[in-house]
Amino acid sequence: MNIDSGISAIKMAPRPTSQFVHKLHIDVPLLSGLLVLSGFALIVLYSAGGQNLNVLLRQATRLGFALLIMLAIAQIHPRSLKRYSPPLYLLGIALLAAVLVIGAIGKGAQRWLDLGILRFQPSELTKLSTPMMIAWYLTARALPPRFGQLVVAAVLIGLPTLLIAKQPDLGTAFLVAASGSAVLFIAGMSWRYLMGLTAVCASALPALWYFMRDYQRDRVLMFLNPEADPLGRGYHIIQSKIAIGSGGLYGKGWLHGTQAHLEFLPERSTDFIFAVLAEEFGLLGCIGLLAIYLFILSRCFYIMVQAQDTYSRLLSGALTLTFFVYLFVNIGMVIGILPVVGVPLPLVSYGGTSMVTLLASFGMLMSIQTHRTLLPG
Amino acid sequence: MSRHLTIRNSLYENRLLLNRVVVSALLIVAASLGLVSRLIYLQVVGYEHFSMLSRDNRVKISPLPPPRGLILDRNGEILADNIPTYSLEIVPEQTPDLRSTVSELAKLLNLSDEEINRFDSLRKKHKVFDSVPLRQQLTEEEVARFSVKMPYFPGVEIHSRLLRTYPYGALAAHVVGFVGRINEAELQKLDPATYSGTYHIGKTGIENAYESELHGKTGYEEIEINVQGRSINVLGSTQPVAGKELRLTLDIQLQKIANDALGDYNGAIVALEPDSGEVLAFVSKPSFDPNPFIHGIGREEYNTLKISPERPLYNRALRGFYPPGSTIKPFVALAGLEAGQVSPTRRVICPGYYLLPGVSHRYRDWRKGGHGGIDMRNAIVQSCDVYFYDLAHRIGIDRLHAFLKQFGFGELTGIDLAGEKAGLFPSQKWKKKARKQKWFPGETLIAGIGQGYVQITPVQLARSTAILANRGKIIEPHLVEPAKGDPPAERFNPIQRPGRFIELAPESWKLVIDAMVEVVHSPRGTAHGIGGGLSYKTAGKTGTAQVFSVGQNQSYKGMRVEQKLRDHALFIAFAPADAPRIAIAVLAENGGHGASVAAPIARQVIEHYLGDRP
Repeated sequence: MNIDSGISAIKMAPRPTSQFVHKLHIDVPLLSGLLVLSGFALIVLYSAGGQNLNVLLRQATRLGFALLIMLAIAQIHPRSLKRYSPPLYLLGIALLAAVLVIGAIGKGAQRWLDLGILRFQPSELTKLSTPMMIAWYLTARALPPRFGQLVVAAVLIGLPTLLIAKQPDLGTAFLVAASGSAVLFIAGMSWRYLMGLTAVCASALPALWYFMRDYQRDRVLMFLNPEADPLGRGYHIIQSKIAIGSGGLYGKGWLHGTQAHLEFLPERSTDFIFAVLAEEFGLLGCIGLLAIYLFILSRCFYIMVQAQDTYSRLLSGALTLTFFVYLFVNIGMVIGILPVVGVPLPLVSYGGTSMVTLLASFGMLMSIQTHRTLLPG
Repeated sequence: MSRHLTIRNSLYENRLLLNRVVVSALLIVAASLGLVSRLIYLQVVGYEHFSMLSRDNRVKISPLPPPRGLILDRNGEILADNIPTYSLEIVPEQTPDLRSTVSELAKLLNLSDEEINRFDSLRKKHKVFDSVPLRQQLTEEEVARFSVKMPYFPGVEIHSRLLRTYPYGALAAHVVGFVGRINEAELQKLDPATYSGTYHIGKTGIENAYESELHGKTGYEEIEINVQGRSINVLGSTQPVAGKELRLTLDIQLQKIANDALGDYNGAIVALEPDSGEVLAFVSKPSFDPNPFIHGIGREEYNTLKISPERPLYNRALRGFYPPGSTIKPFVALAGLEAGQVSPTRRVICPGYYLLPGVSHRYRDWRKGGHGGIDMRNAIVQSCDVYFYDLAHRIGIDRLHAFLKQFGFGELTGIDLAGEKAGLFPSQKWKKKARKQKWFPGETLIAGIGQGYVQITPVQLARSTAILANRGKIIEPHLVEPAKGDPPAERFNPIQRPGRFIELAPESWKLVIDAMVEVVHSPRGTAHGIGGGLSYKTAGKTGTAQVFSVGQNQSYKGMRVEQKLRDHALFIAFAPADAPRIAIAVLAENGGHGASVAAPIARQVIEHYLGDRP
């Protein structure tokens, strides 16, 4: 008893600033990584957005807002996160259903609910609530998950995934499925099942093709053979590769990317912003960006390993993996090794919705890291 | 025991998790190396190749927007036109000294400070390589003056665009609608390839309903550009395909007559060709000038329109709900004959009020002293309320509901305009569901004279009149002749079609239509004032719809009630009665009496349409 408080006193005492930061439940290394990344992102965005200060200001405002959300979530104890997992999950499902119903009435695809002043995409909520739910479900049982539990988990993941795919938003549906599956992987799902699942998914691809909309099929075909239609659908991917390739080792220099500025490059500020970075900052810039990402990821893994209960570990592990999937899918798409799916480059692309979700997930990681007690409770 | 197990498990679980962390980290490192090697392949190995492609990347694909299809009336008059306009635009990135360029241009073209300010604020919203308009709608002379000096102004170009205009302005605004700038929400739903280079989209009316036909197919131009991005050569192009020209069934001359005939009243007029369902006139008043909407109407101007108590943006003919009043009586009479409830010769004594058994409330007739003994025919001619209270009571609300539904009461007409509303003819089921109340017998009486819960839209009333004129042939009103195999109704409002014909005994049609002819041509008819001097017979029915309910012991003195609480005047008619070529519904808001206000308006329209072609 006394020893406990003594040790914690030693640990908690160090510098006054650190104490302040700790009280705010901020993880300094993680926050630094995120800030460096966002700063770099704003620099790239200024060029990609055509040196438009308005664009920059808007993005900075969103970033500030998202950071506040992160900070707010970091204050929530992981215990509460765990307790709120099922209701949050159910809320997410209900909202997705509402979007579909409203969309059906309003005719045409719809992804958001109009709450008057702001538009809210329920699919963003499920990006977080799905892994939380799976982690909650598995935590109550011994690991690794058995077959029966895997089936339940598959249903829990499948429900939001299908609802989002129906919107139709395949990119987000994929990410939600990935975030849920990541929990299973971290939880030690046996390799045998993992292989089996992969086989099932692979065989389901033809069925998926059947459900795709025309424009989604076009994207896949274009990925397989962009040169088939160089001025039409394959245009994006070809121009993106020219932008990246012509950047070379050192790049053309900030604000000097001709591909982007002569409007050859589509979606410069959003999904294809990585190409602008590659054109202007070259291979070194790309490696620099990857290094920042890897730094953030390694800090996340550290937090996961340090986490003191199963729920926290599963959740932090899954969020970390999902973050990587995000950036891998986007960069893979831009450099032409994956098909074009509408996934932004995390924390770099212009746009607010995914930024809030991502920083919310980092808020959870900070909460897990900063609410630790000295001895397992 | 259990404690032991837990400990063992958590140790095992720890190892398991750690194992997975290591695997994940390895996977991430491997995948990152994959990305880096691809980047090395592109940026180091392929550098020469891509760098050359980038330098040669002088061919830019630029969209050629198709000219939007024109909209014509049935006689070929142009209702929506495209006129070429020139705008002076600047690409800031390509202009070495923007400030001096703008001030030089200001001198050259006499730009106002306001134009320059607007340019500055527009410029901030655009990217530096976007073309930002400095002045729109240049005159020919200004174009010439600038063209001479063009070499001195790098980054400044004249663009020619086709601009939509509506030569008839407010007259056809509620039919033709207007185009406006594509907004954020629309952008997400549109195919980017089809709409690249197009800035406008149909927002309302025909422009909106037939957007896919009117838009056409976008073409492309491959342009060679120099390092500054200015186009120097056109290498090849795919020409755009112009949008389809739409010929409406609307007769703009008739529309004008109808609009003028309505005078100062707000309201609506819908005229149809009964046999085909073609819409001849479709007036909703007040209206608005659609032309300012094209460039984006000013906030202030829009607010004035929006908050005006007259509601000029509201399409009354399509969406306005009004009680049909006595214009419903011919239809109720048909219901009575068809339900076998009454023989046409049966007489009802009208003392000026009607009493339900066991209820003291007096349901009043519009004529204070009553009509005396009256049969069906005269009840229509003189619009006796008591007769129809009695008839509705005998038929019952649910049977009345089912019968009138066939004529389209409470149903969408399926007209090819978006946003139509259905109106309402009540039933017991409806009231239970919507109001959670049971039906009261008194409400049947009120419904029988087209008041109470009953609500119609003017286009609906016109269609019902046309079906009556057709002696049962059901039609769907439309403004554009549907292409074969493409019923317009399917595209807009899924309507229920009870069948192609309403089968009734020929004598029933005859009795009611004869009575309606008497309304106009007999001296006792409520609209006999408009019957004179016609070479053909017109069948009609007046209606006065209460806006303001009068207490049991009060009397209604039209002129003393405030204008906006005054009754709506209605009139339905078709002519010639034996072989109808036009069916019409007129509604004058707060017009007072149907006979004195709405009927003469209808006559003017009918007379013009049939005038020299009897």
